[in-house]
This record gives sequence, structure tokens and C-alpha cells, in this order.
Amino acid sequence: MYYVHGVNGPVVTVRGGREFSMMDMVYVGPERLIGEVVGLRGDDIVVQVYEDTAGIMPGHPVEGTGAPMSLKLGPGLIGNIFDGIARPLRTIEKRTGCYLARGVNIPSLDAEKVWKITPRTAVGQTLSPGQVYAECRETNAIRHRVMTPPGVSGRVVYVRKAGDCRVNDTVVKLETPDDVSVKLTLAQEWPIRTPRPVGRRIPVSMPLVTGQRVIDTLFPIAKGGCAAIPGPFGAGKTITQHQLAKWSDADIIIYLGCGERGNEMTQVLEEFGALIDPKSGRPLMERTVLIANTSNMPVAAREASVYTGMTIAEYYRDMGYHVAIMADSTSRWAEALREIAGRLEEMPAEEGFPAYLPSRLAEFYERAGYVSALGDREGSITVVGAVSPQGGDFSEPVTQNTKRFVRCFWALDRQLAYARHFPAINWLSSYSEYLDDLAPWYEARLGRAFGENRARLARLLQEESQLNEIVKLIGADILPEGQKLVIEAARVARLGFLQQNAYHGTDTYMPLKKQAAMLDVVLTLIDEGKKLVDLGIPLGQLTATGIFDRLIRMKYELSDDKGDRLSRYKKDIRDCVARVLADHQ
Amino acid sequence: MRMEYIGLTEINGPLIVLEGVSGVSYEEMAEITLSGSPSASGASGASSAPGASGNRSRTGRVILIDGDRVVVQVFEGTKGLSLQNTHTRFTGRPLMLPLSPDILGRVFGGGGRPIDGLGPHIAVETRDINGSAINPVSRQYPRACIQTGLSAIDGMATLIRGQKLPIFSGAGLSHNELAAQIVRQARVTGDDEGAFAIVFAAMGVKNDTADFFIRSFEESGALQRVVMFMNLASDPIIERILTPRCALTAAEYLAFDHGYHVLVILTDIASYCEALREFSSSKGEIPSRKGYPSYLYSDLASLYERAGTLVGKPGSVTQMPILTMPNDDITHPIPDLTGYITEGQIVLDRTLAGGGLYPPIAVLPSLSRLMKDGIGRGMTRDDHPTLSSQLFSSYARVQEARALASVIGEDEISETDKCYMTFGRLFEKDFLQQGMTEFRSIDQTLEIGWRTLSVLPREELDRVDAVLLAKHYKGRNTR
Repeated sequence: MYYVHGVNGPVVTVRGGREFSMMDMVYVGPERLIGEVVGLRGDDIVVQVYEDTAGIMPGHPVEGTGAPMSLKLGPGLIGNIFDGIARPLRTIEKRTGCYLARGVNIPSLDAEKVWKITPRTAVGQTLSPGQVYAECRETNAIRHRVMTPPGVSGRVVYVRKAGDCRVNDTVVKLETPDDVSVKLTLAQEWPIRTPRPVGRRIPVSMPLVTGQRVIDTLFPIAKGGCAAIPGPFGAGKTITQHQLAKWSDADIIIYLGCGERGNEMTQVLEEFGALIDPKSGRPLMERTVLIANTSNMPVAAREASVYTGMTIAEYYRDMGYHVAIMADSTSRWAEALREIAGRLEEMPAEEGFPAYLPSRLAEFYERAGYVSALGDREGSITVVGAVSPQGGDFSEPVTQNTKRFVRCFWALDRQLAYARHFPAINWLSSYSEYLDDLAPWYEARLGRAFGENRARLARLLQEESQLNEIVKLIGADILPEGQKLVIEAARVARLGFLQQNAYHGTDTYMPLKKQAAMLDVVLTLIDEGKKLVDLGIPLGQLTATGIFDRLIRMKYELSDDKGDRLSRYKKDIRDCVARVLADHQ
Repeated sequence: MRMEYIGLTEINGPLIVLEGVSGVSYEEMAEITLSGSPSASGASGASSAPGASGNRSRTGRVILIDGDRVVVQVFEGTKGLSLQNTHTRFTGRPLMLPLSPDILGRVFGGGGRPIDGLGPHIAVETRDINGSAINPVSRQYPRACIQTGLSAIDGMATLIRGQKLPIFSGAGLSHNELAAQIVRQARVTGDDEGAFAIVFAAMGVKNDTADFFIRSFEESGALQRVVMFMNLASDPIIERILTPRCALTAAEYLAFDHGYHVLVILTDIASYCEALREFSSSKGEIPSRKGYPSYLYSDLASLYERAGTLVGKPGSVTQMPILTMPNDDITHPIPDLTGYITEGQIVLDRTLAGGGLYPPIAVLPSLSRLMKDGIGRGMTRDDHPTLSSQLFSSYARVQEARALASVIGEDEISETDKCYMTFGRLFEKDFLQQGMTEFRSIDQTLEIGWRTLSVLPREELDRVDAVLLAKHYKGRNTR
């Protein structure tokens, strides 16, 4: 038994022991607050405590567990909401009421809940890491595959009958090659800061389809890829994350509320419980795990929360699912690192952040990827990290370092948000390096033209921004007709195509095929308009037909799934052009 | 039995250090008594307990323990303390605020002791002023809209019960008048006309400002429903760090134990943060941005996140912090971090104020994140979301037209841009501009909104669908 020597906020020093290892989990004080060893200096052990340390005094007992901070993984994670160190918040509510109390040590999984399992192995078979030995239906949307933990293998000597089973009941007994008997239950433990091993990494080739036009068409993200959403407050980071969580075609969503608002987590809980997943026809909550460590919950647990989320993601990836993590916000995590580094009196680097900030970010983002898991199943983890740059200034360390480790960058723009253009993803400063990786996939499904159309759209927007510089100085009236067409068409592209209403019943999600067709319509407008301009007909005559404004409203009229509607718009464009032409002659 | 320690090892700003101490816990309260002649001490007496011998008794809190060395922050300041003349006793418990329903109508010092001369109230219970984090699953997502009677807020950045919506202002702007008007006029649309209470926390504000609020509460006859916590500009800064915590503890008590709908006004957050910085630097902590401590975000969050509504509890805590942005800079750490925690912001603008406009609310950067779920059919009116979205987008366009007109002259811009210029003027004059005692109902606000939009050509209203256009648009039909 060891004793507390000093207290400074969440950092507690313990004196007198040399048996501790770095990152060991410890219990501090009579309330058994959970902590983690973050430093060893001679006889002094430095512990960061995941709960409020008020009331801790020198002489309080500290108990080591001899193991790093670990997470219990098994059925019951999906649909649940946890704090930063994976304690189930609903159970805590039952135990301690509306406010969070300290020293509540509740395991992540409900030990009493009964699952109906189907064994997938038999006595005499050999199990190796990653092999599935049982299955159960975790929710209506997710089948839970119970896998042999990494590092364990052997011959099966006992298998539980199909039927009721609780997480801690023995399902399989193994005899390892060195004749040790191992009991496997429905759950396994894994240290949160260690990546789970995989068979091998596979290059990304499939997009995470999100139904958001600006993302899927202009800046797509691959399954197994990483994206950052930086933006000042009010620019719509959270709504974009919510949209991705709701509509992306991942099998499982880990929504990580790291140092954000309590009401937002409540909103996710309410909305995801009510919204129906178009794929499975079940509530979205049945494929979602929520981790809520809001801004007023202890800072050390906030630091741990991203690892908790990632470990759960890896566990489901190993089952062969495509998992997407929405981390909102990684800046709060970086600030938690800074805060703890300050308490530990570590040397600050840029803006007070510790010098190891980039390596921590890299470690986190590199746990994403498309892999062949142990046991030969393909799964992926896609990470979408929100970044909240100080003052909306993207040159700050968290944004800059994140940029080095993600390949997709959706820059949110304050000016667009002020004009209520949502999603406020700036089309000039955002990028996706996955375009080339995903090109074959898009070509196979949407045809060659799509890639070209996308490039044309990007050029159109680029051209508009250059022309806007001139317009700002001299007004649009003086521009040549051809450039006026660019301005008008780009307006249709911005308002009609890029802008998407998250609260509109049908506009909130648009399938890829429709996106491609809609893009085609916008580009047809330019082609046809160009014919008039070439004949020297003023663009004003085409504008007067109202076709530009009709196309801007087009997205709201595509509610029914009739594809011919879109071709009708093309016909409309041609008709309008023909009419102007006839008038002219 | 509790030990009394005589003398100190070190005094550093508001901090005192004692050595050879045992049995003291983190964040425990300390009582410090001065011996020697009373005239030797000179700290402000605003927060001293009545009956105690003036400032000769002070309170402090343990902020660091290293073995037998203990650092204590003294709330009333260390003026007059010496290394010899003090007796320190540790109380064995954190700072608790005595509470009872009788606190309504009372005035307390920044540290929670009564200063209105009415003596202590009879406490029903005491609570730790730091509170505890609300379990996210126990929160009720806020949906009930609070009508303020101000078009700019009700129409464009609706306040919701249980929200934290700060006013970002600058020195010399009319944020106090605005807050007072909101307090006077606020009412809840729809069902339960529950009991309404105000908790007012002054942190480092001038005496005049505090007086202004008290007068305004008096005039509206609200004084009996107000609890005040006063830490004025000349009061000790350490106490300022406690002021909002005391206020929020009182607010939570009234809301969740007694079912009041509590509106908390915290002014001025900038002074609070300055106090925090001063305190942090005296502790010798590593400074982060602009010298503020690295935990400024977590610290502010521990205040703002105490707003909300709970499942199965009738009351609510709504926060309206007032923040004067240093140098009107919205990217300064204080407004910046605040904006990342609060559910939107109401931004006041010096140019509008200079043009004589009241309330000088800059509509474009203002935002209420909870608005979307608190307005519309069944709550305000079905056309409200569309109207506000269209007003935002059109007013954003006005800024572009103005920028262009300022370069090439208003005569030279296109007819459409001219329409936008007219719309901009009308929007500011009819929609934003409002009297300090004028209450506009939601219907009035929305009608004015549609009327101003009607000066634009029909095609320009790209966010409104045909049905609503037919119903509300009163302008010309073509360009």
C-alpha cells in the first residue's frame, strides 16, 4: 500500500514505491478514484486522476492494479453512452442521480444482461487470435462476433451450449500449446493506449459515402481514411459531424464528445434514438456508441476518451465492420494534454502545447485504416476529427499538426456560416488526397464523365473566385458576357448544389447517383448558356427566363426517387435557350 | 481536534504558504485570523461576516499540497498579513454556500456572505459551490423558447430555456441596457407559467453598473425575485473567482430543488478571466495564450455547463453571461473560448451603435444553436425558420452590396444590389431598431420581417418555398 504525498489539481504525487510501471492504473484515496501513472521520479510516482481531487489529503492510500488502463470489450457497447473512461452513464445515473459523483467504479458492460449466443466452434478445433468462437445479436442492426483475443490460441476442450449467456460466463475453454488452460467469456480486456494488432493493412479504395454533396462529389473521404474539420465556433463542425454520423454508410458509428457541450450529447441521444437508419430500417442508436466527456467533466478523462473511443472502434473493426469515429473535438483533447503537461511542469513548446503533441496526434490518426483483421475479415476505421482552432486561425499548432496526419481537409469558413451557407465547407481551401485512390470506384459506379464533371465544377468555382475579386472592385455589369455566365452558373452551383439543408426532410441526404445527375444538370446550363454567349446574345435574356433560379431550387423538388425529373431539367435548360434564340432571331 | 497554525512561511500575492501542516485535504477551507492591532490591516470589508471583527478574519482555500507544505489562496487578499501575525485553522470541508428559499430578494458579497445588513438567513442546507457535472443522460434537451420581445433576438437568435447565450459586447456599448430589458420582458411562450427568478452575479463591475441593475430590478418590481452576488471592481480578485460559483449554486438550488425558472446574469466574464489570470500567475503556473492559464477553457466550462434543464425536474437554469471583448476582438481568448462552450452568442456592434441604433445587435455573427428546435410549428410559427434563414442570407448579401457601393458609388451598382441596399436600411430601421421599453410579440416580429423582405424581388428569396411566398410575400413579382 502506498500513500498520497501531494495534490495539485488532477495531478497527485505518491511516495515510496518502485513497483509501479508507467501508465499503470491506480486507485486513489478512500473513494478509490481512478488514476493513471504518468511519471516516475525516484521514489515519487506521479498520478493523473480521472476525477475531481477535492478532499484528497497526504496519507490517503493509493492502490496499484499492476495493469494499464484497460477496457472491457463485449456485447452491450452498442447503443450505450459512456464517459471518457468507459463507465456507462445510464447506470451511473441510476446509482447517483442527475449529477456525476466520484469514485463510481462501474464496469463498461452490464454483467447481469443475458445474451442469446450461438457457438461457432466445437471441441477439438483449434482457435487462433481473431477467430470467432460465438455470435450473438447485439442489436437488431449489429451481429456481435466474439473473437479469440490477440495473443491467445489453443485447442478447444469445452464449448457452452447455444442459448443464454452473460458476459462473464465461460463460453469456451482452451488448452494452449504449452498446456495452460484458458477460459474465454463473452468479453475481453484491452489496454486503451495500445493499438489492437491486425493481419495486414490494405490500401484504401472505397469511399465513405456520406450523402453530403460537397463531400461526396468534391472532397470524398475513403473508408479507412482520416479527415479533419477545422472551423471557428458557429461554423457548423458539430452539425457536419452529426450529418456524417447519421447518413454515412459505415456499419458502426463511434460518436466521441470530447470536451464539448452537454446539451449536444443529449441531442445526439434523443435524435439518434428517433431517427431511422435507411439501411437497416432500425433506429440509428442501434449502430452507435456514444462517449460523452463534456467540457465540465474531469480533464484527465477527456484526455483518455479518444483512446477509449478508438479501442472500441478497433474491436468492432476486428469483427469485420466498417467503423467511423466522429471525434468532436480533437482540440479539446490537445488542450487536455496541455493542461496536464502544465500541471506536470513539463517544458512547453508552441503556444504552450507540449512538444509531444504531434506524435500523440499521429499515434491517434494512424490507428485508422482499412485492414485485414486477425481471423481474416476486412474492416476499417475512418476518423473524422473536428478541430476548434483558437480564434478560427488555422495556423495554430493543433490544426497545422493535424493537417500532417490527415489526407482530407474540410475547412469550415466563418463568412459562409454568417451567410448561413451550410455545410460551410470552403471549396477553395479544402482538399482531399483520396481523389486518386477512389477514382476507379467512382468510375465503376458513376461512369467516366463524373470525374471530369467534378474537375469542371472545381475549375468553375476557382474561376468564380478570381472573377469575384474584379466584381468587388468594379461591379458585375462591366464583365464580358462569358464571365457573367461563369458568375451566374457558379451561383447555381453554390446555392443549388454545394449548399445542403441538414434540416430539410429530403435534402439532408442525397444518394451518389443523384448527386452525379444534378452536377450534370448544372454543367449543361453552362454548355447551353455558352452557345448563346457565342452568338453575342446578352446573358440577361437567359436570366430573364428564370432558369437559374429554378435550378437553385431543384434540390428541393427531387424528393421522389424519379430519375426522369433530372433529365427534365436538362430539357428545360434547352427549351429556355431555344426560346431566347428564337426571340433573338 | 483541529490544529491552529501560527505564522506563515511565505506570502506571495494572494497566496500564503504554510509548512509542517498535516491532515489537510485538497480544496479544504481555511480560516485565517490576524492578531495585533486592527488598524494594521486594510483589506476591503465588503465580504466580511457581520459581527466578525471586520477584516481581521479571512478565509482561504487549499490549492496545492506537497507533503507537509500547503499553499492557501486567501479570498480577501493578503494585505496586512505578515509571517508572524496570523493564526490559520483548517475547517476540514470545502467552501459551502448556505441555502434556503429565503435567499430571494437578498444581496450577498462575492464570497456568498450577506452584505445587505439583514443578517444571515437560516440555511436549510449547504452546498459545495463547485457543484458537480450534470450527467449528460440526465439532461433534458432544451426546447422551450423564451420570448424577450426583441425582434433581433426572438426572430434571429431565439433564447431557449436552459440555454447559455452570452452577450459579446465592447466597452461603452449598451449591453447592460439590453440585459436589463431582457430581464424585464422575458416570458415563456406556451404552457407552464412557472415561478421565475433572477440570479445576478457582478464580477468586477463598477459600482455604477451594479447600481444600474439594482435600479432596473426595482423599477420592474422584480427585486423580490432577484438574488444578487456582488463583487465590485475594487473587491479582491480571489473572491471574484468564487462569485459566479456561488451564484450558480444558488441558481441550481432554486431551479432544481424549488422549480424556479432561473435566469442567471453573469457580468463581466472578462473581469473574471483577468482575475483568473492574475491568480494563476501568482501561483507561478505556466501561462498559455496571452498569459491566461492553460485551463481557462475547462474553468469557463465549469461555469457555463451549469446551465440546463433536467429530465423530470420542473425548473431550469438559463445563463446570459455578459462579456466585454477586449479591444472588440472576437478572436481574443476570452470570447473565443466562450463561443466554443456556449450555445451561440449575441454580438453587439460598434458601427451600429454609432449610428444610433438600439439594440446594436450584429445579426450575422450572432447565433443561437438551440434555436432550430425551439421555433417553428407549434412553438412559435411555422414560417419562422424559413424567414430567419432568408433574412440572414439576404442581409449577408446586403454587406456585399454595401462593399461594392462604397467602391463604385451607389448609383453605379445593379438594380438588384440597389434593392438590397434598400432592404438593408429597412431591416435595420424597422426590424432591429426598437425602443428600450418596447415589447414585440413573435407575430409582430415575423410580420416586420416579411414586410422588409418584400422590398426584394421575388426571385431573390431563394430559401422560401412557393407556399410561404404566396402567403407572406407582399412585394413586386418580377425583377
